[in-house]
Amino acid sequence: MNLAAVDAGTQRGITVSLFVVFVIITLGITFWASRQTRNATDFYAGGRSFSGFQNGMAIGGDYMSAASFLGIAGIIALNGYDGFLYSIGFLVAWLVALLLVAELLRNSGKYTMADVLAFRMKQPPVRTAAAVSTVTVSIFYLLAQMVGAGALVALLLGIKTGTTVFGMDANTAKIYTIILIGALMITYVTVGGMKGTTYVQIVKAFMLMGGALLMTILVLVHYKFNLSSLLGDAAAKSGKGAAFLEPGTVYGKEVAGNSLQTFYNKMDLLSLGIALVLGTAGLPHILIRFYTVPTARSARRSVLWAIGIIGTFYLFTLALGFGAAALVGAKDIAAQNAAGNTAAPQLAQALGTQYFGGDLGGVTFLAVIAAVAFATILAVVAGLTLASSSSLAHDFYANVVKKGVTTDRQEVVVARISAFAIGAVSIVLGILAKDLNVAFLVALAFAVAASANLPAILYSLFWKRFNTTGAVAAIYGGLISAVVLVFFSPVVSGTATAMFKAPAHDWHWFPLSNPGIISIPIGFLCGWLGTLLSSERNPEKYAELEVRALTGAGAH
Amino acid sequence: MSTQVEPSAPPDPQNYVAVQASPEFVALRKTLRGFIFPMTIAFFLWYALYVILSAYARDFMGTKVVGNINVALIFGLLQFVTTFLIAWLYSRFAGRRLDPVADKIRSEMEGGAR
Repeated sequence: MNLAAVDAGTQRGITVSLFVVFVIITLGITFWASRQTRNATDFYAGGRSFSGFQNGMAIGGDYMSAASFLGIAGIIALNGYDGFLYSIGFLVAWLVALLLVAELLRNSGKYTMADVLAFRMKQPPVRTAAAVSTVTVSIFYLLAQMVGAGALVALLLGIKTGTTVFGMDANTAKIYTIILIGALMITYVTVGGMKGTTYVQIVKAFMLMGGALLMTILVLVHYKFNLSSLLGDAAAKSGKGAAFLEPGTVYGKEVAGNSLQTFYNKMDLLSLGIALVLGTAGLPHILIRFYTVPTARSARRSVLWAIGIIGTFYLFTLALGFGAAALVGAKDIAAQNAAGNTAAPQLAQALGTQYFGGDLGGVTFLAVIAAVAFATILAVVAGLTLASSSSLAHDFYANVVKKGVTTDRQEVVVARISAFAIGAVSIVLGILAKDLNVAFLVALAFAVAASANLPAILYSLFWKRFNTTGAVAAIYGGLISAVVLVFFSPVVSGTATAMFKAPAHDWHWFPLSNPGIISIPIGFLCGWLGTLLSSERNPEKYAELEVRALTGAGAH
Repeated sequence: MSTQVEPSAPPDPQNYVAVQASPEFVALRKTLRGFIFPMTIAFFLWYALYVILSAYARDFMGTKVVGNINVALIFGLLQFVTTFLIAWLYSRFAGRRLDPVADKIRSEMEGGAR
C-alpha cells in the first residue's frame, strides 16, 4: 500500500480541492467575524459570547494538534502501546484545568494568563515575565507544527524525491507550505481575532472528530468489533509480538547490560508523564480560551465538553494506530515516514479501498484525511499566534510600556501588528528548521508550561503570601531550567536522531530528553523561595482576587 | 439562577476584605478546597501509579486478561474512566454545593446588602 502508487494525481487534486474549500469557508467566517469585532473584548475574548459547548469544541480544536492526530497514531502504529501513554497524559491533564484553574481564572482574569498572575503584584515585572514565557511556549509549539506541516506536505501530496508537482520539488513544497500556513494563520488572527479563530477551531474539531470516527468504525467493522483480534493482528504484523501491546518499546527502554542508561530511560518516561499531566493547565493558548465564555459556570461546562471530546478522540487514535499497524503494516508506514506520521492517512487509503469501492475510494478517503490534517495544523497555529500576540499587546505593550494608560483601540492595533510579527518570525524559523528534527518542541512546550506557568498560576490562586518576587522567580526559574536542560539534552545534540546530529555536534551532558522531573520542582521551589525572600504582602488584593475567583463578583 | 451579565459597579476593596472574612465565604472556600485538593492528589497518585507501573512493572502490565487484552490496556482505559468520572463528580458537586453559595455571596455584594 504505497501512498503515491495509486493515481497520485487524482488524490492530490482531491486533497488540494478539499483544503481549498476549508480555507474558503474559514476565511469567509473570519471576515464575517471581523465585522463583529468592535472592541478589545471581541478581539481578545470573542466578546465572551460563546457557549460552553462551542468553547469545548474550540478547546478540542485548539488542543488536538497534528502531533496528537498523526503523531500518536503513528507512534502506536510503529511502536504499539507506548503511543497510548501520550494520550493518557494529555487527557488526565484536563483534570488539573477543571479542578484548579479554569473557573478561578475565568472569574479573576480579563484577556491573558498574566491578568491573574499580576493581579496583586507589581505589574511591569510580572507582566514581562508572563509575556516572555507565553511567547516562548507558543513559539516552540508553533515551530513544531509548522515544520511538521512542511514535512507532511510532500508525503500527503505524493511528491517523491527527484520529481516535481505543480513545478515544486519536495524541498520547495516544504517552504511554500510553511509560508502558506503562516500567511493563513496571520490572516485568521489579525482579521478575525478570537471570534474568527474560535470558529476555525470549531469547524476543525468537527472535521477531525468526523474523520477519526469514520475510520474507527471501519477498523472495528473490519474486525467485527472484536478488539482482541484487532490487537492480535496488529501485534502479529508488527513483528514485535506481544511486546507490541505492552509498554516499553519506546519509552523507558531497558538496555541490556547498561543499567545506568536503563535508569535514565525510566526517569525519562516519568519525566515525560509529569510534564504532560501538568503542562496543559499552563498552556497560554488554552488558558485564554476560558475568557471566551460569559461565566465561570460556562467555563466549567467548556472543560467538561473538552474532556469528553478529547477523551473520545484519544480512544479513536488507539483504534487508528493499531488499525494502521494491522491493515497497513509497520513496514509500509516506516517506508513513507520514519516517525509514522503518515500512518493515519495510509490507513484511510486502505479502508477506503476496502469499503468505498476500490482504488478511487481509497484515494478519496486518503485525500479527505490529508485535508483534515492540514486543517488541524491551521487551527492550532492560529490559536498559538493569538495567544502570543494577545500577551505582547495586553501584557507587554499596554501594561509595561504604556503603564496601563492606553485605549482599547490602540491595544488591538498592537495585537494585530504582534500577530503579524509572530507569524513572520515563525515562518522564517520554520523555514530555517525545516529539515531539523524538532518533534521534541511539543514536549518542551508542555515542560515549560508546567515548570514556569503552572507554579505561578497555582500560587497566585491559592497562596495568600505569594508576591511579585515569587511570581517572577517561578516563571524565570521554571522557564530557564527547562530550556537550558533541553539544550544540553540528547534531543538537541549528541545522538543520531538529535536536532544537531552526532558525531559532528555533541554538547549534551543532561541525560534525559524531558526536563520536567527536574524543572517543574525548580519552578515551584523558585516561586516559594522568591516569595519568602521578599517582604511584600498585599492581603487586601488577595481578598479581592479570592472573592472574585470563588464567587465571580466583579468579574469581567 | 445565574444571570449572565457583567456586574455594573465593582464592589470596593474594603468590601472584599469583609466578605473574605465572612463565615459564608470561609465555608465556601473550605467546601471548594475540601473537594479539589484531595481529588487532585487522588487522580495524580492514580496516574503516577500507572506511569510507574508502565516503567517498572512490565511483566505485570503485560499479563493477558482476555484474549490479547492485557493489564496495560485495561489500566490505560481505566485512566479514561476515572477522568470522566471525576469530571462528572466535580460538576455535580459544584452545581449542588458551590454555585448556590457563590451566587448568594455575589448577589449580596452586587446588591450592596453588605
